[in-house]
Amino acid sequence: MKVLYFAWVRERIGIEAEEIELPQGVATVAELAAFLGTRGEGYAHAFENPRIVRAALDRRHAKPDTPLGAAREIAFFPPMTGG
Amino acid sequence: MFTVRIQAQDFDAAAEAAALARGRTDIGALVTFAGLCRAQDAPGGAPLIALTLEHYPGMAEEEIGRLVEQARARWPLVGATVIHRYGRMVPGDNIVLVVTASAHRAAAFEAAEFLMDWLKTRAPFWKMEERDDGKGWVAAKDEDDTAAERWA
Repeated sequence: MKVLYFAWVRERIGIEAEEIELPQGVATVAELAAFLGTRGEGYAHAFENPRIVRAALDRRHAKPDTPLGAAREIAFFPPMTGG
Repeated sequence: MFTVRIQAQDFDAAAEAAALARGRTDIGALVTFAGLCRAQDAPGGAPLIALTLEHYPGMAEEEIGRLVEQARARWPLVGATVIHRYGRMVPGDNIVLVVTASAHRAAAFEAAEFLMDWLKTRAPFWKMEERDDGKGWVAAKDEDDTAAERWA
């Protein structure tokens, strides 16, 4: 699965995008965020407050309990500040 | 005509509004809203040097397109143009444009406000501020969520 990071999530992790193999037992947005948070210091910092980090699945906003299903791309980012 | 554009380059609000209305006879109300980069948030605060807007290419356009569809389902719009810029902007620069066209003003005003309110909380853009004392990401404001939720 392609994983994208934006704004301070990207800065803390140190990369814009990566390809990851979903481990067993990771079936929802929140489970993937929790798994990513265990991958190192930058990841832990980015996901330290999982309630703040937002996600989009195949370019649509997704909730923590949204199943990853057959999605090809997921993005994690802070609350949006456009406009 | 309904148009969404995500671009680095500047826009001309008057020219975009004129282009939307050109050749039409069904438009009775045309509302143009432009959001600009301002220098100061609070009196006495450190002035802003620049804003850099990061965005999620692809999703930004699609999400604003979905918001335009919601506005069309709610109000009898006959046209709309939404342009959101990304990249580095200095005070005085244009950031976002919403033009709505309808037969009557209430629909055009309300739809423009609806689009701006939802765009601030749902369009995937993030602002990085640059001031004399350094750079930092702008935090999302609760009042923006409240503004969007009143349409629910």
